[in-house]
Amino acid sequence: MTKTFVIDGKTIPYEEGQTIMQAASAAGVYIAHLCHHPQFTPHGSCKLCTVKVNGRNCSACTFPATEGQNVINVSKELNEDREKITQMLFVEGNHFCPSCEKTGNCQLQAVAYHLNMTDNHFPHFFENREVDASHPDVMIDHNRCIFCTLCVRASEHVDGKNVFAISGRGIDKRLIVNSQSGLLKDSALDVNDCAAHICPTGAILIKRTGYSVPIGQRIYDHAHIDVVALASEGEVHDH
Amino acid sequence: MHNFILQLAQENNFQSTRLLKMLHAIQKRYFHISEEAIEVLAKQLDIPRTHIQNVVAFYSFFHTQSSGKYTILISDSITDLMLGKSALMSYFAQKLNVDIGCVRADGLVSLNNTSCTGMCDQGPAGLVNGYALTHLTKPRIDQIVDYVNREVPLALWDADLFRVDDNIVKPDLLLNQKPLHGQAIASTLMRGLSETLAEIEFSGLRGRGGAGYTTAWKWKFCREENATQRYIICNADEGEPGTFKDRVLLNSYADSVFEGMTVAAAIVGATQGFLYLRGEYVHLLDKLEAVLEARRVSNLLGCHILQKDFDFDIEICLGAGAYICGEESALIESLEGKSGIPRNRPPYPVTQGYLGKPTVVNNVETYVAAANIAVHGGAWFADKGTAKSKGTKILSISGDCKTRGIYEYAFGTSVKTILDDCGASDVLGVQVGGPSGVFISNDEFERKIAFEDLATGGSFIIFNHTRSILDVVHNFSHFFAHESCGFCTPCRVGTSLLKKQVDKIVEGHGSAGDIVALEELCQVIKNYSHCGLGQTAANPVLSTLERYPEIYQAMLKKISYEPGFDLDKSLETARRMANRDDAAAHLAQVENEV
Repeated sequence: MTKTFVIDGKTIPYEEGQTIMQAASAAGVYIAHLCHHPQFTPHGSCKLCTVKVNGRNCSACTFPATEGQNVINVSKELNEDREKITQMLFVEGNHFCPSCEKTGNCQLQAVAYHLNMTDNHFPHFFENREVDASHPDVMIDHNRCIFCTLCVRASEHVDGKNVFAISGRGIDKRLIVNSQSGLLKDSALDVNDCAAHICPTGAILIKRTGYSVPIGQRIYDHAHIDVVALASEGEVHDH
Repeated sequence: MHNFILQLAQENNFQSTRLLKMLHAIQKRYFHISEEAIEVLAKQLDIPRTHIQNVVAFYSFFHTQSSGKYTILISDSITDLMLGKSALMSYFAQKLNVDIGCVRADGLVSLNNTSCTGMCDQGPAGLVNGYALTHLTKPRIDQIVDYVNREVPLALWDADLFRVDDNIVKPDLLLNQKPLHGQAIASTLMRGLSETLAEIEFSGLRGRGGAGYTTAWKWKFCREENATQRYIICNADEGEPGTFKDRVLLNSYADSVFEGMTVAAAIVGATQGFLYLRGEYVHLLDKLEAVLEARRVSNLLGCHILQKDFDFDIEICLGAGAYICGEESALIESLEGKSGIPRNRPPYPVTQGYLGKPTVVNNVETYVAAANIAVHGGAWFADKGTAKSKGTKILSISGDCKTRGIYEYAFGTSVKTILDDCGASDVLGVQVGGPSGVFISNDEFERKIAFEDLATGGSFIIFNHTRSILDVVHNFSHFFAHESCGFCTPCRVGTSLLKKQVDKIVEGHGSAGDIVALEELCQVIKNYSHCGLGQTAANPVLSTLERYPEIYQAMLKKISYEPGFDLDKSLETARRMANRDDAAAHLAQVENEV
């Protein structure tokens, strides 16, 4: 007999060893997330995927599914708090969607729309963050980094290069590049690397491609992130 | 330098798990960890340079720029502030002729703040090149400044500057026992391992770090895991501001600590143990190493302990200034040579801990208790305390009272009894369990120290009526923002937002909506953070807001809108550029406010 648990009243089948997120995606249930990507080891840091498991807050991307769990994914409280967590990411960095070339393709922006976020709520940090445009094909705009570590994981596990790392503590955390100069141009990054294409925001961009797809024809211009995520992530399994 | 690092890497078998140890050695020799040193070390250890860069940036005590031949850090704990730290800090800066947070122009000395150094009963306290300075006064500062300016080596400084006292005021069950030299191991082996575990279970011993998990269960789960290697870790990363009892246990009862670890090793089947000592306690390192060596000589550690088929040894690892490493999975990460970022759970350390192997992590005091239970039996311990909290708790008492120091009480003792014993009068409230604990008001002194009422890792800070609650909250929110590891959004961003929000209210820029905003923010941090640090970081605000809403209200401006920033302060750059500071160059946030 298939093992099951319940999300918002819906019965979800799962296989032993699956996380709540994996089982939910496979069953067509979207749980908001940013640092999670089905291709990589779950990280559990953005906390957007927090769900209530038998009354307790857990990260769906790391928490194992077990028989009979009662999971609440959509509730007023959870969605309001997810909105606040998203707002925290917005005020921590410097995100100006209208002038960002990732607009419309940006998961941070799309999640914000999904959660009906209409303002930043919290006071901005206005941190001075740098841009590294040294690489011929790829650039980093640190203003938009949300420390999801997807580029770190992609570079390590897919590209086998360890180009990226997150360094430092607390609010002073920074994405760093593995090269003697610290610059992207001196690293082993190639434009075809998985790590160059995985960023959910506009922090890592491929040069000279920014407006090849016009605004209005971009991924999230026509479909909500839940639909896009389920279509692209539902079938993929971790390795 | 190349040869130094080469040799260092060799001595450490090129093991990246020993990274912190190697970085301590490099910094001790060169006063900082240069880019070049990182390059060389990364090559030797065959790890990405970014791994080392991250570790250096993560721990407060490592620097990439020289902090001088003398690095002086002064404890910013609330207890040190209450003992006059601020004035002394200014005096120190003036005498040394250095700005706080900077290195002096000649590169000889730097002065900065640091989180609580665990000397709350003998502050104001600090560290020079990592070594504890106590009882700071102006004359003692003069003495230090003189040594620094004459470049006298630390070894030749007046030893009294480094005197650390135990200050055991009220011993009970545990502190009345002499340090153990094999009695607990012998009893355990004679009684039988399962039988001893049963005694520990019967004793009702729960973890003394604060979380209170039943010790015997932890050991049992670890023992039952199917594994070839298991580890025993002693958490001596006593970072909670206001607690210093582990320092005293390690100074005067180290044998009992190691004995408890050895008993645990016998029971769960571990051959390797680690004592993770907070960097602030480096002054204890040589002494602890000597205790370990003596135990090896006495056949209480090493191979065939007490001529039985039982091998176990203990290695001491030194932290480097990160409160988060008191969280057990962050501690394990740190032991593995990484930055201290708490792991996702499950799996728990008892199934996948150090290097992925089943691991028991317990507090210093827990091991002392376990060792004594192994000798005296479970009933001896369970006789004291309450139904849910057996035995005694060692408290570190500091703040406004006559006699600061170490007090051991049976669980169930009321706050009032404790306050009477230490000579506290005119008490406004007590912070029980440190910043991550709870602030109780003087209406609650009948409450009891127990897991079911006031759970505490041991910090007990007393405030009298001359103290301001908001100063306390201000200090604690800055502490958490500084110590957040930054892994998860709610804690990384939330603790910084909380710090700013508290500053705004304390500095008198808050208005009506700010208290609601404050509470709302606290709830997000508390409910969504990854680990105990974030989940408790809002406690100082929440517990005082609940008890003293009027104190917060009184700080608010009577205006209907919510200023997001300080208007006048924001004009500072413009004033500087225009070289003006006259009245017309200032703007009031509120009309008719000057």
